[in-house]
Amino acid sequence: MTTDLITSLYVFMLAAFIGFEVIRRVSPLLHTPLMSLTNALDAIAVVGAIILAGEHKSRLSTVLGTIAIVAATSNLVGGFMITDRMLKMFKSSKPTKP
Amino acid sequence: MTTPRVTDQAIQVIYLVSTALFILSPKWLSAPATARRGVWAGELGMLLAIGATLLYRGIVDYTWVAIALVLGTIIGVPLGRVPMTAVPQRTALSHAFGALCVALVGTAEYYLRAPGVSKFMMAVLSMEVILGSLTFTGSLMAAGKLQETLPQRPITYRGQNLVNMSLLAISVGVAVYLVLHPERAILFPLMIVIPLLFGVLMIIPIGGADMPTVISLLNSYAGLSAAAMGFVLDSKLLIIAGALDGSSGFILSVIMSKAMNRSFTNVLFGAFGQVQAASAAAKEARPVHTATAEEAAAILGAANTVVIVPGYGMAVAQAQHKVRELYDALTKRGVDVKFAIHPVAGRMPGHMNVLLAEANIPYDKLVEMDEINSEFPQTDVALVIGANDVTNPAARNDPASPIYGMPILDVDKARTVMVIKRGMSPGFAGIDNELYYLDKTLMLFGDAKTFVGDLMRQLAGEGRG
Repeated sequence: MTTDLITSLYVFMLAAFIGFEVIRRVSPLLHTPLMSLTNALDAIAVVGAIILAGEHKSRLSTVLGTIAIVAATSNLVGGFMITDRMLKMFKSSKPTKP
Repeated sequence: MTTPRVTDQAIQVIYLVSTALFILSPKWLSAPATARRGVWAGELGMLLAIGATLLYRGIVDYTWVAIALVLGTIIGVPLGRVPMTAVPQRTALSHAFGALCVALVGTAEYYLRAPGVSKFMMAVLSMEVILGSLTFTGSLMAAGKLQETLPQRPITYRGQNLVNMSLLAISVGVAVYLVLHPERAILFPLMIVIPLLFGVLMIIPIGGADMPTVISLLNSYAGLSAAAMGFVLDSKLLIIAGALDGSSGFILSVIMSKAMNRSFTNVLFGAFGQVQAASAAAKEARPVHTATAEEAAAILGAANTVVIVPGYGMAVAQAQHKVRELYDALTKRGVDVKFAIHPVAGRMPGHMNVLLAEANIPYDKLVEMDEINSEFPQTDVALVIGANDVTNPAARNDPASPIYGMPILDVDKARTVMVIKRGMSPGFAGIDNELYYLDKTLMLFGDAKTFVGDLMRQLAGEGRG
């Protein structure tokens, strides 16, 4: 149990460092799509909600899990869609490589 | 008995692949050329992870899962199709949904596990539920303010900070007590209700122009609460996705507050609006130079270099498409046109870039503050459309000014400055802008969209004649 939590803390720390390094490099030009994209990725919480709703351990957990799936799914669908729409709009004035 | 174990291992391997894709996703987003690949990586990672989860043998009934997935998609599609001008409120709303999911799962997990919850687990659960709840209502409030269903101006009252801090302290106190006594389930609802209230009260005193920082901060909270959920469920995938989102929000909050020369605490707890109201009242009416569309168009047409400085006012007037037409007209005449983008222009990080990109302005013409500032002295005309405080030279020259020290666009160094503005009303901060009284500044009074349209017609007319 404790080992698991410690491992999780290591994972969190390393992921935070990677996050800082990767996201620091994102051009300010793309900060709005960045926020939409990380939001969509955050919707991976749906995985936890699916298990909760599917396991049927109690009525409360099924109801809350189901609502949670709806919330997360709408985020991931909407988030990816709008990020892609935004990115499609960014065009360079220089001719692109064929 | 081997089959389930194989499935479990396969699920873990798929999660690992998803995690790699989730890290590649923001990495590819870093440059416009590879950015769309970043979205695809994220989508693939998400599909794999959801697919793998559905194989999990603990799931006994798919009915509600399926209904919820379909319902979420039905809600999500319109949210993915909002106009670009509505992106800030959509983003705030998605923070709210993300936080709602996390808070609900946290609540369900507590009631499933109590009273046998370990101290560490209870601490993480409390963090998940508190952050999730306050981010939920806070983001809803932010979305309401951005959509203007709620008043944008800050609402302040005496003792506001004391009330807010007490609420936060109480919820942390309850959390600490529950960590020591996880079996006192009766206290758990307090850890939901008080942060929900705190989320509302936290956003009430925040004005529209502070939204870029606040949205970023809420983004960070949403990410951290998701990471906490990952600890509770022992899901490395969720911890990593939450950590990425949390650090992204944190980095953006730092960039935004630096661009306003303010600290987080100042944004969240500073009564910004009040200080300036006093200083603005002391100023008397001073003469300004004005110009008509015809005169302004003649100057623009004769210029070699023009830098357009867009602000939130451009978004409000929906003038970005007219601005593109102006850009086209000037470019056709051989004028070099660039756009100067201040980091906090608009209502969220990168807001102006998205609006201008939507209007088909090439992104290599959108120049960041640090880069463009060295070019203003060689610029013939700086055309300010709907931006105010970010161009105020007082931030550089006047130590008494409330915005002193804030990095600004050095518009006043251009040879001629033109400002399209509805009237002489001060900007969000309520500070008089010295820029408007300079000898080289021409005030172009009118609605941004109409005025830019007039400029364009004048330029087109001259071109034909």
